Amino acid sequence: MQFWAIQTLNSLALGGLLFLLSAGFSLIFGLMRIANLTHGALFMVGAYLGATLLRWVPNLWIVALLSGLIVAAFGFLLEKFILEKLKGNVFSQVLVTLGFAYIIADFCLVTWGGDPIPIPTPPSLQQPLRVAGLAFPAFRLAVVGIAVLAAIVLYLFIERTRIGAMIRAGVDDMEMARAVGIPVRRLFSIVFCLGAGLAGAGGVIGGPIMSAYPGLDADMLPLALIVVILGGVGSLVGAFVGSFITAFVYTFGVALFPQLAYVILFLPMIFVIAFRPRGLFGKFAA
Amino acid sequence: MATELALSVEGIDALYGESHVLHAVSLSLRPGTVLALLGRNGAGKTTCMSTIIGFLRPRAGTIRVFGEKISGLLPEAIARRGVGLVPQGRRVFPTLTVEENLKVAARPAPGGWTLEKVYALFSRLQERRAQHAGSLSGGEQQMLAIARALMGNPRVLLLDEPSEGLAPIIVAEVARTIARLKAEGQSIVLVEQNVKLALKLADDAVILNTGRIAFAGEAEALRRDETLITQQLGVH
Repeated sequence: MQFWAIQTLNSLALGGLLFLLSAGFSLIFGLMRIANLTHGALFMVGAYLGATLLRWVPNLWIVALLSGLIVAAFGFLLEKFILEKLKGNVFSQVLVTLGFAYIIADFCLVTWGGDPIPIPTPPSLQQPLRVAGLAFPAFRLAVVGIAVLAAIVLYLFIERTRIGAMIRAGVDDMEMARAVGIPVRRLFSIVFCLGAGLAGAGGVIGGPIMSAYPGLDADMLPLALIVVILGGVGSLVGAFVGSFITAFVYTFGVALFPQLAYVILFLPMIFVIAFRPRGLFGKFAA
Repeated sequence: MATELALSVEGIDALYGESHVLHAVSLSLRPGTVLALLGRNGAGKTTCMSTIIGFLRPRAGTIRVFGEKISGLLPEAIARRGVGLVPQGRRVFPTLTVEENLKVAARPAPGGWTLEKVYALFSRLQERRAQHAGSLSGGEQQMLAIARALMGNPRVLLLDEPSEGLAPIIVAEVARTIARLKAEGQSIVLVEQNVKLALKLADDAVILNTGRIAFAGEAEALRRDETLITQQLGVH
């Protein structure tokens, strides 16, 4: 019983982290039509920055915010000074994001070394929560709470504001969005910044669960890709639902059939791509 | 001279990949008038619209709006300089509500179009304001596409086949709307397969034939020249 309860909570916590990672990934993909392959690296550099910042600021949530802002600023520069120069050339843009994924990974290796750096759980959340004779790690519950909160705020931004409507218009029909005068360049900046910031903050919040280690980027990026294939490109609701489905499949796959974890994860993708190439909520095929 | 024109297209060449689709095309739209752009399928009418709005960069030639050069600018910059497009196939934003479609395109101008004025022009849109645009009928989508363009308070309105695929009663409504916009002083380029409709509304007309100008003059002259119409536009 404890096994199932814990694995369920682990799935929910991973789902929350995946949402923080993939919400931006999906919006960037939907609007700019590029798979931002630095997204895993942004998550990782966020975690490393968090580990360092925690020495000066002993509060994980504030550090997550700071780390998110720093990574968002980096994302802004990357979009403004590199991706924009390659506008209209999606293939080059994707290659550049892949190149930056390697550069960031090497930068992290040089700066923080090859050993994993643990990120401590906030003291107030170290005691497990006991419900009906089962013990739940309180921190993971908090992660789920933060992800749901982030989802609500993002949803309101995308669905209830004029800028959000402009972003959706761009996802619907980029050319026509430009023709009605929507400043798409600015939207690209906003979405890229937002996505990078969420990934960076997500790395810190995931820190106590995963810690910061070389290869964290490569572990997270495929999961974000799966979320987006499953949920649909450019859809926030899709990213939310896709994150939790992916997290459950991955967590239980690893726990029950460790040798087959990736098979269990990727096999359903074949069926999604074959029978529903737009994903559950997407407008066009990834 | 050129500053007197609402829109002047001077000798533009445009290419799709390697195929040359516009050859030295020139258009002159006088302020407050309707210019009909006619021609058979594939004559280059929509390509001409795409070049004006900036989807396509002309290889040669200049495009000006009230004297201001717009050729070479990005579509969003061209829209901000006062060109509004009602595209072929309407292309409303399907997942946005009717009202969101209008709001994202809004560029307020003193005394210009507002949400209220646009709803007064198309009351059906007000009834359906909270509905997703993708769920509207073809006629309603056409009205939304026109309303969306008006929200940007364009100095020049490009209408690309607004009657396409609509029931006759809706076509009549679209025609009345165009006539009303013209009466209010809107400068309009009207691309149409429906020659009768276009010539009824137009002051001037241009016929394109395989990317070249085959006729340019007053609509009245074309209305009287059955032979030219038959020869250039087939039936009617």
